[in-house]
Amino acid sequence: MIEFRMPSLGADMEDGVLVEWLVKPGDAIKAGDVVAVVETQKGAIEIETFDPGVLDSQLVEPGATVPVGAPLALIRAADEPPNAQAPARSAPAPEAPAAPTAPPAPVAAAPPVVQVEASGALPRLRVSPAARRLAAERGIDLSKVTGTGPGGAIQLADLEAPPKAAPRPAGFDFTQMRAAIAAAMSRSKREIPHYYLIDTVDIQASVEWVARINAERPPDRRLLLGALYLKAAAVAARAYPEFNGAFEAGAFRPGQAVHVGMAISIRGGGLAAPAIHDTADLALDELMARMRDLVGRVRAGRFRSSEIADPTITVSSLGDRGVEALFGVIYPPQVAILGFGKVVERPWVVEGAVTARSVLTITLAADHRVSDGHRGALFLAEVGRLLQHPEAL
Amino acid sequence: MNRTDILEVIREELARLAPEVDFDGLDPTADLREQADLDSMDNLNLLTAIHQRLGVEIPDRDAGRLSTLDGAVAYVQAALGPE
Repeated sequence: MIEFRMPSLGADMEDGVLVEWLVKPGDAIKAGDVVAVVETQKGAIEIETFDPGVLDSQLVEPGATVPVGAPLALIRAADEPPNAQAPARSAPAPEAPAAPTAPPAPVAAAPPVVQVEASGALPRLRVSPAARRLAAERGIDLSKVTGTGPGGAIQLADLEAPPKAAPRPAGFDFTQMRAAIAAAMSRSKREIPHYYLIDTVDIQASVEWVARINAERPPDRRLLLGALYLKAAAVAARAYPEFNGAFEAGAFRPGQAVHVGMAISIRGGGLAAPAIHDTADLALDELMARMRDLVGRVRAGRFRSSEIADPTITVSSLGDRGVEALFGVIYPPQVAILGFGKVVERPWVVEGAVTARSVLTITLAADHRVSDGHRGALFLAEVGRLLQHPEAL
Repeated sequence: MNRTDILEVIREELARLAPEVDFDGLDPTADLREQADLDSMDNLNLLTAIHQRLGVEIPDRDAGRLSTLDGAVAYVQAALGPE
């Protein structure tokens, strides 16, 4: 019997609210299946399991706040008998979650949990479990609801007449998301000795190659330059492993694969940088399809636990309406972030003559505990070099 | 196809991509991406919707001609005929 636990979806996460079970006791599950939906500061997240078997029993009810590492359900092997002494389902306890009975331990394949800092916690709204569930279903921002229950707690009745507000994507609590970003970025600036490098490269070859590819394709199959950026970053990171991985408990652990976190802005404020798994191994069309899918799901407020937990390096691109350069803040426990500015036309010297070229400014912010500027410069130059040969990406 | 039908498709797609945008408050002669804060992925999704729902081919080189609501209506009408 394996305990399926509340995963850690970031250094700043203390607990999550179970919104919905997607698997019933007795259902067969395989590795990678989405088992439940959990509401966190980052929005509603689909939690996957990495242990195949049969869902034996659910240990918590929707609406319960569950600390990171605490068991959510029991999973038994396919040939194992059902658990006769399954623990009683614990009552929802949104206000005072029980201390985890075991030290926080993530599900398999998630990185070790980083010590949580209490200063990152927000005052929690008092909300009845049923009201929290309904709010999650309807995308109601609980911070805008006035509670009439005991101690000002928000109850179902308080949600009957939802407040008039601009429509927002379901599943986001923008106050909480801002707090999550603040906690992660404050920790980053406090703990990570960043160094910064910047390089401007001729990107004409990639611009023309993408235009040539797209000319023959309907809009749903077109590529964006951003797909080339992610691929180049991933391929370069594989060759420079000190920029790909996690710095935890005083030591750097190189990533086993390259899972590029793609910074995605969320309308209304905030951002997320979930992983595209095995980025370096994806063909550009497949990578582009994954990017479209991920952006769509993130903006709709639905992403998966492994996408949150797994990034090994982040790529941030402000796109073609942005600015020429951006310097990123490393997302802990990662050790590097690449920033791509917008493509601009500039006078450029090619073979001794000034000519108009499309150029791109790429930056690297990296962790000085793990690497130095010399290797950083080689890594950044490799990204630029790869973009000179888009057909090889 | 008339202007109202074309705008309705764009309105529905924008409601999905940019739900906070007041569609009736948009200036039909001004750049839509700037007004609605659409990034390149949003823009690609909008072109995809116009292509798939209205059956209009939009070669990549023509994408700039759909940068305003008026431009998009004119482009679709030129491709399909006004009625």
